[in-house]
Amino acid sequence: MLSFIGRSVIQKTITLFFVSIVSFLIIHLAPGAPSQVDPLNPKFTPQMVERFRKEFHLDEPLYIQYTYFYRDLLTGKTVSWKDNQSVLGKIWERFLNSLPLFIVGTILTWTLSFPVGIRSAIFRGGLYDRNATFFSYLLISIPGFFFAYILIILVVTQFHVPVIGLKTFGIGDAAWPRLVMDRVWHLLLPSVLGATGGIAILSRYVRSQMLEVEGQDYVRTARAKGVPEEQVHYKHALRNALLPFVTMFGLILPGLIGGSVIIESIFSWPGMGRMAFEAILARDYPIILTVNFVSAVLVLAGTFVSDLLYMVVDPRIRL
Amino acid sequence: MMRDAADTVSPGFQVDDPVAPQQGFGQLLKQNRLAMIGLAIFVVFFCIALLGLGLTSGRNPTFDPAVVRLQEKLRPPLSKPNLETLSTEEVPRLGVYLFGTDDLGRDVFARMLQGAWVSLTVGFVAVGISVFIGIFMGGIAGYFGQSHTSIDTLIMRFVDIMLCFPSFFLILTVVALLPASMYNIMIVIGLTSWMGTTRFVRAEFLSLREQDFVTAARALGVSNFRIIFRHMIPNAMAPVLVSATIGIATAILTEAGLSFLGFGVPPPHATWGGILSDGKRFIFDAPWLTFAPGFAILIVVLSFNLFGEGLRDILNPKLRERY
Repeated sequence: MLSFIGRSVIQKTITLFFVSIVSFLIIHLAPGAPSQVDPLNPKFTPQMVERFRKEFHLDEPLYIQYTYFYRDLLTGKTVSWKDNQSVLGKIWERFLNSLPLFIVGTILTWTLSFPVGIRSAIFRGGLYDRNATFFSYLLISIPGFFFAYILIILVVTQFHVPVIGLKTFGIGDAAWPRLVMDRVWHLLLPSVLGATGGIAILSRYVRSQMLEVEGQDYVRTARAKGVPEEQVHYKHALRNALLPFVTMFGLILPGLIGGSVIIESIFSWPGMGRMAFEAILARDYPIILTVNFVSAVLVLAGTFVSDLLYMVVDPRIRL
Repeated sequence: MMRDAADTVSPGFQVDDPVAPQQGFGQLLKQNRLAMIGLAIFVVFFCIALLGLGLTSGRNPTFDPAVVRLQEKLRPPLSKPNLETLSTEEVPRLGVYLFGTDDLGRDVFARMLQGAWVSLTVGFVAVGISVFIGIFMGGIAGYFGQSHTSIDTLIMRFVDIMLCFPSFFLILTVVALLPASMYNIMIVIGLTSWMGTTRFVRAEFLSLREQDFVTAARALGVSNFRIIFRHMIPNAMAPVLVSATIGIATAILTEAGLSFLGFGVPPPHATWGGILSDGKRFIFDAPWLTFAPGFAILIVVLSFNLFGEGLRDILNPKLRERY
């Protein structure tokens, strides 16, 4: 166990190092320099550009820029090129905005997909299963932005509640029940949208896991010795089918920083995704690279956690 | 992320099929209704996209997606043009705005036709690139895995590195930094989505490598690359085909998302995501600008997903027995 942890930590650190190099190269070798963002702006004189380049070490060779950048990042001193604010501070602020979306979305995904998937598996081939299958394909295939507009049209015309943004503009001194309901409405749509794809995929996966387990000999044995159906499904089959999902908790982790760019743009939600999008538009390299780096860390940490969880819950893996 | 996990865990594909391959395949496909529907829609879409390319390009196109008629803006679908205010070449070809007009009075039907080709080519070319890289890398990693462990390790570590990037964010960054063009989008989507195929092909090759026909080919003195590309890859195509079909769906969605954010094929060329994005300011006044391209994307992506999943069931005998 300890040797596994040690090995994978070393391996993941090496991977992370290469990720940092690759992302740095992608950003810096792409055509167009950040100092050319706004060539038509009369305030952007050649002297300004020169000072800008000096300030952010853009006149140095790439590998020196690289060391400067990651030295700053690891000591937490990176600043945005646009407004000279600390990148980590900005990310943290936006992260707190994205967090409720992520939490509600995750809860929706995990609470909805299990009942749907299990029921589909138990009544496989039946009307419910076929409908669930078709709907999950539909949800996988629908473009998020299109679905967002359908929901917006629906909610706005049927319930007459505003849904764009964090909260209704100028609602400041309303009574608290209204404030709470306002926040809930604003939170609901983006989280539902964030969860749709997850629900569709996860419920299919639950279904196939259940089918896999229901075909096993011990389930047949349980049935043959007269165990009631309910108990066969939920005690014998489900418990074993749950194994791979425990590990999936680790894979949720990258979603923390993912924050859908498209959905947050549509709903004017000041979250991570939107910040990243604005950074791309402004060619604010420190923010782009930091978001990339943090999300790579989360992906690696996620796989690490899921490997560990697997070893903890499944003694057959523990070697 | 979850989709990746679901893909990798699904049971392996097997080539040794009790039914004769071709005959069984056709019959099984016919039995799978959803997959047949998917295939049918795909064929129709293919024809429409080809027709659309022919009818909307050239100097004097049959359906001109670029004609601006400001006096006819935001007309609902199926409305008749006001003939008195239009010159003869501005009148829509069908005598009716089938899908209405947008805020510049351009015929949405003609624009949709033009956009179909973009979706189709982006989907196919991007997936073509990713499948090509995937087969190449996976084949080499799987075939040389035992004798040259370093090659295998190198390729698989590279796959791990690529999987660390948040894919849509990476694509968005690169596309935003590069000059806007359809080819850049295809290439970028292709270059960022080959990892799954590499893993499939490698896994397949690890088991194929031990089979007798490979040993026989090696004994005959066939060169390594010929064994990989002539003998082994055709046997490893089943999972690749499935993931490619679903990959096309994903690529079309990605392209639509990029167009929606304004990083797609540059205007005046129409794309489905672009039409939807232009129409978002009018969702309550002109919902057809949202619904026409939205449903088009949905139906096409759905058809690829249904066909791909059907293919997966058909090519996987383990799953088949259970139904």
